[in-house]
Amino acid sequence: MDSFIVISLIKTFIIFAVLMTTLAYLQWVERKVIAHIQVRPGPYRVGPHGLLQPLADVIKLITKEDLLPPYVNKPLYLAAPFLAITMALLSISVIPFGPTIEVAGYRTWMQLTDLNIGVLFILAVSSMGVYGVALAGWASNNKYALLGGLRSSAQMISYELPLSMAIAAPLLISNTLSLRKLVGTQAGNLWNWNLFHGWQYVSFIIFLIAAFAETNRVPFDLPEAENELVAGFHTEYSSMKFASFFMAEYANMITVSCLATLLFLGGWVAPWPVEYGSGYVPVAIFALAGIIALTHGLNPARQRDRYTLPAFGVIFLIIAGIFLLPVMQPWLLPLFWFCAKTGAILFAFIWVRGTLPRFRYDQLMGFTWKFLFPAAVLNLLATGLVVALVS
Amino acid sequence: MDVILFLVFAIIAVLAAINVVVQTHPIASAVSLIGVMGSLAVLYLLLGAEFIAAAQVIVYAGAVMVLFIFVIMLLNAGAEARKGRSFMASLLGAPVLIALLALLAWFVERIYPEGMGVHFGGFTGGSPESIGHALFTTYMLPFEITSILVLIAIVGAVVLARKELD
Repeated sequence: MDSFIVISLIKTFIIFAVLMTTLAYLQWVERKVIAHIQVRPGPYRVGPHGLLQPLADVIKLITKEDLLPPYVNKPLYLAAPFLAITMALLSISVIPFGPTIEVAGYRTWMQLTDLNIGVLFILAVSSMGVYGVALAGWASNNKYALLGGLRSSAQMISYELPLSMAIAAPLLISNTLSLRKLVGTQAGNLWNWNLFHGWQYVSFIIFLIAAFAETNRVPFDLPEAENELVAGFHTEYSSMKFASFFMAEYANMITVSCLATLLFLGGWVAPWPVEYGSGYVPVAIFALAGIIALTHGLNPARQRDRYTLPAFGVIFLIIAGIFLLPVMQPWLLPLFWFCAKTGAILFAFIWVRGTLPRFRYDQLMGFTWKFLFPAAVLNLLATGLVVALVS
Repeated sequence: MDVILFLVFAIIAVLAAINVVVQTHPIASAVSLIGVMGSLAVLYLLLGAEFIAAAQVIVYAGAVMVLFIFVIMLLNAGAEARKGRSFMASLLGAPVLIALLALLAWFVERIYPEGMGVHFGGFTGGSPESIGHALFTTYMLPFEITSILVLIAIVGAVVLARKELD
């Protein structure tokens, strides 16, 4: 019992620290990717390639003046950012990142807790997350903020239906609500993933579209459309209160990407079994990155590249070496596959932001009620029929 | 542990429920109602009905109350003025409440004379499988009738909204 509490505390601390770092650097990745899409360098001044930019942003946000406008509804105005960030961070607690591992004699799962209603828990928590945005918009006592809050609640109610129905289809196939067992049913090869199960890529696409809307991302970022609404629901927020909304948005993005990985892409299982050499993929990737960095370091474009690039090359080669160690493989390989799949979906989020224009509000509503929702219902019905006939 | 959690969340539920009535502003009442729904979900969870708990949060706290708040925000309803209480209400309120509670306690005592205490975690039929099984076998007819009722309500809402539009 006591060891359970200690292990849980350690796991909570690790997951929290990793999540916070990922949140900060996800923003750096987003700025960099969008900058490269638009053929400009992006953050470049703070640290090498702007790598210390997130740290600078955090210091800036913490030390900024925290304004409390006199005309707001104080209790709800203060509760809203807290609610948003709590609900966003809560759902990560049921996400499994890998199988059981053994650390110093203790066997434990790479997951905080496994619920047998894990998927429903995430849906419940994310449906509570809308209050943060809606109440922030209302309590600010500002018409732009109110419009942003209204848009957000209408959008989230509408897109939650196709999202839940798209989630239900792979659940029917895997026949479980536990995220851990869900991955278990997709083990083995690439074609065991729910994504390649019949026409489940339809569910995957519906899920992704609805997830973009649920996380208020482009092209569905109407609640914070800056050319119409100043900044939408967080117009009146400054300093860390504003940062909480920002962090909540990115945390929701990470949760949704993890959920897509677990539901459709087989979680932490490799695309093909280790016997056929899937364990050498990360080694090859990191070794290749190391060799490229080293060769560029030999003919540097700039003066300081002579030192930084070889240093990074050596680091990459060391990481490649670590992936070869049999002691590390049982927990590093699943983690690598999970992060690779989640990272690919996160990259898609950023890619879409860099390329697609924003929807008009009536198009947004028409799209979900007239196309996405009927498509999700039909998809769920057909999947249910096939599952019932086959079993 | 279970008893402490039960007491904490039962008290939160009751206080939030009282707050729903006491608050004059509709948004404050609605937020308190979310508190009631949330603590009820925790009570279901304590009793071992995890699916009901999740459904409670998803449906009531997550969907119904969002709609409530949405409508309140859309109408931009302000705080209500507190009217003077009627003489009858202040005179009869407390005695009638006590009488009702006593009546409730008496009926519970009569229906369950053994007075069996609640065993937290003793109930294991709260999984999605058992709920689905119960819904589609034992309670098939009530379940279908309820579905039809909901369908009629939806059609009715659409018809009424149509009439407004014309």
